[in-house]
Amino acid sequence: MSQVRVLVGTRKGAFILESDGKRQKWDVSGPHFAGWEMYHVKGSPADPNRLYASQCSGWFGQMIQRSSDGGKTWEPVDNKFVYDGVPGTHQWYDGKPHPWEFKRVWHLEPSLTDPDKVYAGIEDAALFHSADGGKSWQELPGLRGHGSGPRWQPGAGGMCLHTILLDPMDPRRIFIAISAAGAFRSDDAGVTWKAINQGLRSEYIPDPTAEVGHCVHRIAQHKSRPNTLFMQKHWDVLRSDNAGDLWKEVNGNLPDDAGKRGFGFVIDVHAHEPDTIYVVPIKSDSQHFPHDGKLRVYRSRAGGNEWEPLTKGLPQQDCYVNILRDAMAVDSLDSCGVYFGTTGGQVYASADAGDNWAPIVRDLPAVLSVEVQTLA
Amino acid sequence: MVRIVLPAHLRTLAQHNGEVQLDVPSPVTQRSILDALEARYPMLRGTVRDHVTHERRAFVRFFACEEDLSHESPDTPLPDAVASGAEPFLIVGAIAGG
Repeated sequence: MSQVRVLVGTRKGAFILESDGKRQKWDVSGPHFAGWEMYHVKGSPADPNRLYASQCSGWFGQMIQRSSDGGKTWEPVDNKFVYDGVPGTHQWYDGKPHPWEFKRVWHLEPSLTDPDKVYAGIEDAALFHSADGGKSWQELPGLRGHGSGPRWQPGAGGMCLHTILLDPMDPRRIFIAISAAGAFRSDDAGVTWKAINQGLRSEYIPDPTAEVGHCVHRIAQHKSRPNTLFMQKHWDVLRSDNAGDLWKEVNGNLPDDAGKRGFGFVIDVHAHEPDTIYVVPIKSDSQHFPHDGKLRVYRSRAGGNEWEPLTKGLPQQDCYVNILRDAMAVDSLDSCGVYFGTTGGQVYASADAGDNWAPIVRDLPAVLSVEVQTLA
Repeated sequence: MVRIVLPAHLRTLAQHNGEVQLDVPSPVTQRSILDALEARYPMLRGTVRDHVTHERRAFVRFFACEEDLSHESPDTPLPDAVASGAEPFLIVGAIAGG
């Protein structure tokens, strides 16, 4: 009998939600690390009992926790993230040079094949990796050394490396995204990097089509078609069919927002249908809540452009939560389950690819991240 | 034997209830106490002071003998009452936020 384990990071601890394959009744454990900000919790595809968690606090800094029993027990591992060499500077909000300073780990991405290998995306933006289960961390400095690093600038949430995609068909290919620098690709296991932002248009930066400076909120891919990428940008949903070399806007009929479309944070792909994608449109970059107080997931079965709102079971009035960039995930059961968490503390689940929704939990702290493990 | 009081979150992290008691070589200073604390509880490295610079984290304060010692040099000898264990060395999470 299949099982599903949902890993939820919140502002005040982590929670683990478990169900059988029917996904109707859920057991909730937590809070783990009560009172700490849990930016991300993710399991290893190679060993589902191996979990990694980013735990941080404005008082006591960054911790990395590791579990080897599916989250029943945890052990702290190394929390030392030191930039390679002399860190140099990036741009501050006012455009002036600002030294690179480690603040926190936003995202942990375990290797697809080795449970002891894991990547960490940090603020100020850089990519680290560990080959010993988190006992030590080293930067992959080629990313910041790309040459554009001094021009990167923080978004409102900080200058974070928030997305790491490992190509399931090419172990040397890695995609990452940074707010507000853009998306980058490495074809040599993280040694060198290429900015992949051609086709992005960002009216809020001096050169709207610049090589870097775009506030990419999230990118996603389907494991069967890793050269096709989907992007949720500050404004606009985009698609690339050549591994990010060129993007095209696929906002289509997403809700109109004073003449613009496509603001939001999350984007994800159906587990079995590589052209079925999900976003949650958010009202403008200054309000950050759903349009008209209606929480609607939008699904495209055409890889963009043609979108349908999914509303059954979601609040359709007086809803003013946000869904943050790492807070949507899918399971790989048939039919595909879709999950997302809100800043209001709800985690919603759909066991039928988005047609019907119900909250698993309603009253957690603000949700920062949602990941799903499908267990045999 | 030096007595150290940790804030609740760090006691949880160190999996230690109550005061920490450590042998700290003379002279007993902030630095020697934190060196001994981190040697005994490696998971606390980086939580009280920076890994590299060893500067106190901004929202952590040090108190002893009813005095705020946070801005003292880390190498200034602490009061005899701390060195003898008569008084604890308090590591405090600053009251911040709202």
